[in-house]
Amino acid sequence: MSKQINTINSTAVPLNMENVDTDQIIPARFLKATSRDGFGKNLFRDWRYEQDDESRPKKDFVLNNPTYKGSILVAAKNFGCGSSREHAAWAIKDAGFDVVVSSFFADIFKNNSLNNFLLPVTVSEGFLQKIFTAIEKDPATTLEVNLPGQFIRINSTGEQESFDINSYKKTCLLNGYDDIDYLLSMRTEIEQFENPVH
Amino acid sequence: MAKTLFEKIWEKHVVKTIEDGPSVLYIDKHFIHEVTSPQAFNGLNKRGIKVFRPQQVVATADHNVPTLNQHLPIKEELSRLQVEALKKNCAEHGIELYGLGHPFQGIVHVIGPELGITQPGMTIVCGDSHTSTHGAFGSIAFGIGTSEVEMVMATQCLMQSRPKLMRINVEGKLNDGVVSKDIVLYILSKISASGATGFAVEFAGSAIRSLSMEARMTICNMSIEMGARCGMIAPDVITFDYIKGRKFAPEGKEWEEKLAYWKTLYTDADAVFDKEVNINAADIEPMITYGTNPGMGVGVTGHVPSLTEIDEKEKPSFEKSLAYMGLQPGTGIKGQKVDYVFIGSCTNSRIEDLRMVASFVKGKRKASDVEVWIVPGSKQVEKQAIEEGIDKIFEEAGFQLRQPGCSACLGMNEDKIPAGKYCISTSNRNFEGRQGQNARTFLASPLTAALAAITGEVGDVREYWNKN
Ligand code: SF4
Repeated sequence: MSKQINTINSTAVPLNMENVDTDQIIPARFLKATSRDGFGKNLFRDWRYEQDDESRPKKDFVLNNPTYKGSILVAAKNFGCGSSREHAAWAIKDAGFDVVVSSFFADIFKNNSLNNFLLPVTVSEGFLQKIFTAIEKDPATTLEVNLPGQFIRINSTGEQESFDINSYKKTCLLNGYDDIDYLLSMRTEIEQFENPVH
Repeated sequence: MAKTLFEKIWEKHVVKTIEDGPSVLYIDKHFIHEVTSPQAFNGLNKRGIKVFRPQQVVATADHNVPTLNQHLPIKEELSRLQVEALKKNCAEHGIELYGLGHPFQGIVHVIGPELGITQPGMTIVCGDSHTSTHGAFGSIAFGIGTSEVEMVMATQCLMQSRPKLMRINVEGKLNDGVVSKDIVLYILSKISASGATGFAVEFAGSAIRSLSMEARMTICNMSIEMGARCGMIAPDVITFDYIKGRKFAPEGKEWEEKLAYWKTLYTDADAVFDKEVNINAADIEPMITYGTNPGMGVGVTGHVPSLTEIDEKEKPSFEKSLAYMGLQPGTGIKGQKVDYVFIGSCTNSRIEDLRMVASFVKGKRKASDVEVWIVPGSKQVEKQAIEEGIDKIFEEAGFQLRQPGCSACLGMNEDKIPAGKYCISTSNRNFEGRQGQNARTFLASPLTAALAAITGEVGDVREYWNKN
């Protein structure tokens, strides 16, 4: 798993479905592991296979369609709602994605993604539709997700839009830092906060 | 300056704010369970560090546990391993565990309040999205992912950006047969499953203030279903009376001091919210969901929206959802057959819920082709139900009173609804596959679920209310 994100140029997988919840991303029965690895093979498990049977992929599900590949997942509004299970972010990352694009992310999912170097890019509803249209026209369309410049571009049309990320998180992603290292370095301050000297 | 309830608590817990970044927020209480903690413990072990403040962490086993024969070893291997890992990790790190067999075991969001651990003014987290439940006490309580669980274990702190603030005012008197679950399903049907994303929501107004603590918990529990970071209700005398005398509630002088502080926890008269929503309590009917997210709800006398009522852009999701549910657009929801009734989960498995169901079904018998599972939220709820004779009422009605846990709320244990079957459930999520692969869920209040248990179909409790 790459622990750094910079600029990504890739084709994208379009999942044009609203309110995709974390129970779909990774169903509860796969949460019984005690490690973080290997969740990718069960990503969208019940949308991918007929009756849980890996030899019977559902033909109309986009992840089963070899036309679409790449390290960018493009989804419709309210992606990642529902449960706090970080397994959802682990599964998406483990399946080879580094970026998820949507017009709207659920809060906890967004945090979980950032903590796993999976970049959630929020775009306007209008720009999202442009991406879907571009991919529909030509599945070989590539997108550039530029974290240092904070923009996303549809390379075939040149259309681009900037996206927000706070500068602290940006630094973490660019450099591969995680929050826990930062918090651990603050332990003395935390102890002082617990026992203020009057 | 006038402040909201949220701001008063938040500001007291900020250790430091990073410029153009999140705040370092101090966490008072951390609840953990078997499913989202093992990777966090592994992380600590890899770093060679121990839990920083083990006395501020409370653990229970709930998601995976069987609800029958809890005295026997867990049959399903992976579940057993997770529960055993929790036991081992808690022992190594000095964390109090209310595991299987313990008289305090239960769903994490049921036991915190009932033990008096959840208190006003606290910051509370858990690796579970329904941590929002604890906000009913006037605390900032929210769900976190496993990396964040590890952060809190390591430092008792989290990096959090301050959410925007929303107030939802529910004013007026509730209709007969309408309970707190209906209020929250109604709000969801109005503002949608993403209507509060990015916001901390305070529920206010006379209808909210009139509710018991348990009813308030049901509402805050489902604030996550609107996407809210957390839900909260200002503490008042109902809150204080509920906490007083509980196992871990403060006593004596400490009680007096805390109480004085708790009484300052309300939103000042001219404090400003980023958004306000006003709801008239009288408009709320008993509610039921027809789709695959909790925002897809209607009054029981209503109908599934027809295609003309749906936004063009939302049609693919809507049609997929109805296909999954086996329902036609535009059909009435009343009279829809159900196969299973599940009364349980951190939304509605407390003693008041069980009492409500018992008083409704007393002397009645379940419909012959319906299976009814009642799963209490905790060992203490189970014990009390037995002491009050509620178990007998259920037995006579043909209901199964099981042992505490999350059960069919997410179907991680054996309690799964079979494919294609309809279940009316008092839980909080009707997502595809939530209660079992291809299971179909109608979310409703304990009363509406109890009625369905008796008649075998979705009905309007008010018709019975008026008769009795
Ligand atoms: S009862 Fe359901 S919603 Fe509540 S904690 Fe358990 S699984 Fe989550």
